[in-house]
Amino acid sequence: MARMIRVLVAKPGLDGHDRGAKVVANALKDAGMEVIYTGLHQTPEMIAESAVQEDVDIVGLSILSGAHMTMFPRVMELLKEKGAEHIVVFGGGIIPAEDVCRLEEMGVARIFGPGTDTGDIASFIKGSFPDTE
Amino acid sequence: MSSRYDIEGLLARFLEGQTAAAARLITVLENGGEDAEKVLDAIFSRTGNAYRVGFTGPPGAGKSSLVSRLARRFRSEDAKIGIIAIDPTSPFSGGALLGDRIRMQSLFEDPGVFVRSLASRGSLGGISNCTDEVCDLMDAFGKDMILIETVGVGQSELEIAEKAHTVVVILVPESGDGIQAMKAGLMEIGDIFVMNKSDHSDAEVAAMEIEDSIKLKQVPEGGWRPLVVMTSAKEDRGIGDLAGLIRKHREYLEDNDLMRRKRKKILLSRVRNALMDRMERRLRGSEEVKRIVSGRMEEVYAGRLSPYRLVRELDGIVTIGRSAGPTHGE
Ligand SMILES: Nc1nc2c(ncn2[C@@H]2O[C@H](COP(=O)(O)OP(=O)(O)OP(=O)(O)O)[C@@H](O)[C@H]2O)c(=O)[nH]1
Ligand SMILES: [Mg+2]
Repeated sequence: MARMIRVLVAKPGLDGHDRGAKVVANALKDAGMEVIYTGLHQTPEMIAESAVQEDVDIVGLSILSGAHMTMFPRVMELLKEKGAEHIVVFGGGIIPAEDVCRLEEMGVARIFGPGTDTGDIASFIKGSFPDTE
Repeated sequence: MSSRYDIEGLLARFLEGQTAAAARLITVLENGGEDAEKVLDAIFSRTGNAYRVGFTGPPGAGKSSLVSRLARRFRSEDAKIGIIAIDPTSPFSGGALLGDRIRMQSLFEDPGVFVRSLASRGSLGGISNCTDEVCDLMDAFGKDMILIETVGVGQSELEIAEKAHTVVVILVPESGDGIQAMKAGLMEIGDIFVMNKSDHSDAEVAAMEIEDSIKLKQVPEGGWRPLVVMTSAKEDRGIGDLAGLIRKHREYLEDNDLMRRKRKKILLSRVRNALMDRMERRLRGSEEVKRIVSGRMEEVYAGRLSPYRLVRELDGIVTIGRSAGPTHGE
């Protein structure tokens, strides 16, 4: 009995542009996942609480605003507080290479740069949950 | 089959009120099988308190927006709210894009509101097959009111009438002259009709048309005649009126002892469904049945044995009381 992968795709921050996040959400749906999309302007608190209530396996943050160094750690910290540190966090956006390294050291599973093939994101997620195959 | 989850531990944390445990138990319910039954056994005695309101209507009518506004309203009266928002599973990929939360953002920082998005998965009727079970879990978690948003696609929304105490049908001026709603059977299931997007100019006429078709409805003496209300989720108008009508319908059910009868009816149909599921799983999992069927199919192919005769013979072999064989096979 295979279980479904549940993903939360969230768009934190103030910029009003979520085309990329929507494209990814839709591609993950087409790859057979249940994708919860929460819309624009999400605070870390909203993201973490939604992720917990929805019991997702993984959260993807789409960040263009440059707030990545505060956003990722804050979401992870809140997940932990809510007893959900098992939820994997990944991200996408324009993030400088040295920050990518630091984020990955902090426990962000993966950062995808602009122009990433959505198929790569889907394979990465599926690969992270071998019990769903 | 070994369990993927520590059900006992989850139940303990659930009873302490931990949201993460409640959320994980909903996943267990969605996945079905023995674990789900274990959870339902454990929580059943705590259910039966939450009032269940279903919301249906065409795509984009404003179901999520209205549910969100109503949740806020009920929260101001201190009711604890559970929301189940169902969106369709793609028949092509099996995946789903669950987007109802986009309209519910104002609720996310209130721990008194628990929102769960469900994909319809194998269900054909606008809701998820485990809607009842997820309602039970939210009920046992202490929610006073559960708001259920259906998929709102096609003509198969009628199942919600079996799950909810009050059914709210949400229409918009663009829904046409009410004929679509009638065709879809929505006129039969609605206890309350909402004309949303009343900020649009033609809303009043559309609401009157709905009123007219309700007048034509046969309602028995002392029965409930559906009510119509105009709202604008966008401009936050009419929400108090809608909340008032939901309360009124609830009082009607209570005054006529219909709550208790409805619950009995729901429980009886759940026993029936659970029995059918179990028997089906047993049959599918039975090696003996498989062996006999495959052994006799040549006779069926050759026209010497009718399918019905074969099944009658099997009927004597597969008895209900039999305990052997996997019950969750496949
Ligand atoms: N003008 C106006 N727009 C509204 C109103 N209520 C909702 N909308 C808009 O209508 C669109 C759909 O609203 P939703 O609440 O997502 O509708 P829904 O019925 O839940 O949609 P699905 O779940 O996709 O079937 C959104 O763009 C809303 O902003 C309203 O009262 N007036
Ligand atoms: Mg909706």
